[in-house]
Amino acid sequence: MAEPPAPPAFPGLSPDERRLVEALRARDEDAFMELIDRYQASLVRVAMMYVGSHAVAEDVVAETWLGVLRGIDGFQGRSSLRTWIYRILTNTAKTRAQRERRSISFASLGDGDDGPAVDPDRFLPPGDPAAGAWASPPRGWDGLPEATLLSAETRSVIDAAIEQLPPTQREVIRLRDVEGFSSAEVRALLALSETNQRVLLHRARSKVRAALERYLSEDTA
Amino acid sequence: MSVHIAPIACRDLVELVTDYLEGALPPEQHARFENHIAGCDGCTTYLEQMRETIRLTGTLSEQQISPAARAALLHAFRGWASG
Repeated sequence: MAEPPAPPAFPGLSPDERRLVEALRARDEDAFMELIDRYQASLVRVAMMYVGSHAVAEDVVAETWLGVLRGIDGFQGRSSLRTWIYRILTNTAKTRAQRERRSISFASLGDGDDGPAVDPDRFLPPGDPAAGAWASPPRGWDGLPEATLLSAETRSVIDAAIEQLPPTQREVIRLRDVEGFSSAEVRALLALSETNQRVLLHRARSKVRAALERYLSEDTA
Repeated sequence: MSVHIAPIACRDLVELVTDYLEGALPPEQHARFENHIAGCDGCTTYLEQMRETIRLTGTLSEQQISPAARAALLHAFRGWASG
């Protein structure tokens, strides 16, 4: 068969997303369920960053899907389908959070700069000939069994550490490292500059690492 | 003491790890970073721990959708498709 000419619509979409958009417009149930299976769990987790409870988050996601269905016929494909869905989600969740009067400081600059990645006491003090070098270096985790690293308890340590982060750091690390978004997608969703996104990610990851180190060293001690 | 490029202290290197992993360090800084890592066990371990932290954080996404939520969404879809 001859290769068909590239369709003019949705130049920014991957062939896979184009197929899904066209199928949804044709009211294809399987395409919708495919999207559900792909994104539902992730959407609920992201919604949880904005609203207080799992039940409300599921509600927000259900509303998001309705928004997707209502909007799909007019979807222009200027962003990827995935980014578009998450944008509907974050807008819906923010509106809902405001209604619940949970005020969250989105992309506040203040929470990008809150202390060093590692406790300064772990390094040799100024005045020492080797000032700034490790006094108490981290101990590797490669001796730990994979079962320990992947245990439910380890995961709950990570989850708890993320929950304690300032709001924007939490959003960035969840989107980047849990949901697997690219830096460009996160910047678009949260309206962050490249540098700011990276600083927030750095703060967040550093704190999660520190929490893991504390927890895992109990095991190795 | 030396006119060579100033080395990075461990305390400063840990602040560059994300920029390094994101490929955002300028070439000269990138070279200094790798130079330091090559000769420093503590920072090598630290970098490995950051990579491991990212990998383990990624496992939080392993979660299934409940059959009830799936059924409710299917119902909503049918309402929309027939409307």
